[in-house]
Amino acid sequence: MAGKTIIDKIWDAHLVSGANGDPDILYIDRHFIHEVTSPQAFAGIKKRGCRVFRPGMTIATADHNVPTENQHLAIADDLSRMQVDALTQNCNEYGITLYGLNHPCNGIVHVIGPELGLTLPGMTIVCGDSHTATHGAFGAIAFGIGTSEVEMILASQCLIQSKPKRMRINILGTLQEGVDAKDIILYVISKISTSGAVGFFVEYAGPVITGTSMEERMTICNMSIEMGARGGLIAPDDVCFSYLKEKRHAPKGEEWERALAYWETLPSDEDAVFDKELVIEADHIEPMVTYGTNPGMGLGITGSIPVPGEVEDQSRASFEKSLQYMGFSPGERMLGKPVDYVFMGSCTNGRIEDLRSFASIVRGRKKADHVTAWIVPGSKQVEKEAEEEGLRAILEKAGFEMRQPGCSACLAMNDDKIPPGKYAVSTSNRNFEGRQGPGARTILASPMTAAAAAITGKISDPREFF
Amino acid sequence: MPVEKFIRLVSGCVPLPEENVDTDQIIPARFLKATTRDGFGENLFYDWRYLNGGTANPDFVLNNPAYSGAVLVAGKNFGSGSSREHAAWAIYDYGFRVVISGSFADIFKNNALNVGLLPVQADESFVEALFAQLEIQPATQIAVDLESQHVSILPGGPVSHFEIDAYKKNCLLRGFDDVDYLLSRQTDIEAFEHGRNVYYE
Ligand code: SF4
Repeated sequence: MAGKTIIDKIWDAHLVSGANGDPDILYIDRHFIHEVTSPQAFAGIKKRGCRVFRPGMTIATADHNVPTENQHLAIADDLSRMQVDALTQNCNEYGITLYGLNHPCNGIVHVIGPELGLTLPGMTIVCGDSHTATHGAFGAIAFGIGTSEVEMILASQCLIQSKPKRMRINILGTLQEGVDAKDIILYVISKISTSGAVGFFVEYAGPVITGTSMEERMTICNMSIEMGARGGLIAPDDVCFSYLKEKRHAPKGEEWERALAYWETLPSDEDAVFDKELVIEADHIEPMVTYGTNPGMGLGITGSIPVPGEVEDQSRASFEKSLQYMGFSPGERMLGKPVDYVFMGSCTNGRIEDLRSFASIVRGRKKADHVTAWIVPGSKQVEKEAEEEGLRAILEKAGFEMRQPGCSACLAMNDDKIPPGKYAVSTSNRNFEGRQGPGARTILASPMTAAAAAITGKISDPREFF
Repeated sequence: MPVEKFIRLVSGCVPLPEENVDTDQIIPARFLKATTRDGFGENLFYDWRYLNGGTANPDFVLNNPAYSGAVLVAGKNFGSGSSREHAAWAIYDYGFRVVISGSFADIFKNNALNVGLLPVQADESFVEALFAQLEIQPATQIAVDLESQHVSILPGGPVSHFEIDAYKKNCLLRGFDDVDYLLSRQTDIEAFEHGRNVYYE
């Protein structure tokens, strides 16, 4: 019998049942909730007259629609305030831990889970947010769910799920300087398209992956959904274990030893068979930028926008509509295109290493006058670290201002909206039409590329800043 | 929430030949601030449906009186992006009961099934034929039969089989939902909890 993949090992260990043609019932270890996708789920269980089955396994934060300035004041927008209040009320009523606004542990759900040690190898983790795959960086099965499923977890700590197919993406070779984890994942998506992994759970493997830090792994796993995958993960190793060791909620003492012994059994067996395997050569990867309205429309920064017909996975009409929205023409180069806004943040790139990387480029330079830049830390803790390390000072000296944590312009539910027709280089994960505000034009990139754009006011190659 | 039963539907169609329609188009994030499930249909496809200033965009299909019905026909990879179930609520609330496409994003498909909106993944050739026919005859009717898992263009036009998870099919046919099922399995869930590692609590 062939060995098992890490995906099978974790999945199978969480099956409550599934025999005799019954659907798979998957037990969930960690459930994260936030203000936007949970209120209707609480209303649902209330209506059914049931309790929250395991309130200790759900953790809440307020992140999606919170302002990134003056967080000590009441939220000015009525609807946003009502959602945050509803979350607080529901958490109080059902005994769920809430890291709300102004709590020192507050932040974007996918940033705080790992930094608090709530995200651990071998877990099943869900959240009503598609970027839950971020937690896969720790060797966990983590995926986004809808509100009906949030209700299922609240009621039973379980979900009914069919088992995904397994894909392994092996990243070989070595990365060039100036190219980071964001570039790797944007490159992968540009190769396999936004639907290339539909129906699959992905394991990222190979020497480039084992050489990454935990934060880089989170950036990679985060965008798994952008190629259609249910989730993505990376086998836990010493890098992962030492990241977790002293984290607030990580197991301690004897429990740690026991957990570690189990976690070490998780990596895919050598003879495990995947439904699909891909190989990516890292040496070819340049700093990446997107030019269209889905994350698969990306290219190396020195490249040119394709001409219709060169793009295989998209019809001509969709391709042309996309370029029209962006105000770009086929065959144009991306380098040198003017930029109005820079957004540095989100659960993809709002962690401390991302801020360090951004600051490494802006240090000793000045922000272009016409560029509006929003630097939004992913959490209170990141904000604090940035302060202590002197990153805030570096940023301020260069003409940037650091805001308070939240999802911010990643989805533009609060006031951080890119105005219609304006170009934003953004370290977030989606360049859909209107994602960052109605009519906003988003160019996805790494923190270094975003920093280079903020300084020059146009799309620039970060490699020229070393 | 318990879902409405779905057995068979005969209806006109609204064509949206766009590919990769993402959930930010279906319902933009700024409309996600409600704490109830109602009323999302009003803002369905808002940024395509309305011009700046809120007047109806005459070029968008929902504003074209020639097309009506409970079936939305869309280009492939429909529903990619965010996990917001609000996208499925908006489509349902607007009055659609079926979405036909060559392929769906996974989370959207799950969300749709959970709210009683049937995602029909038909052969791409069928979807193309349907788009072509709708262009010539906007009033074309189709039949969607969940029991036999077939969708057909009426009368006597092309037919496509579609796949659906057997359990989910049963839920829709009977108006059952997952929470009911999971609550009925509580004893098994508790037994599972007893037999497992404790260091996650
Ligand atoms: S930062 Fe963006 S992608 Fe991440 S959780 Fe917030 S809205 Fe979702």
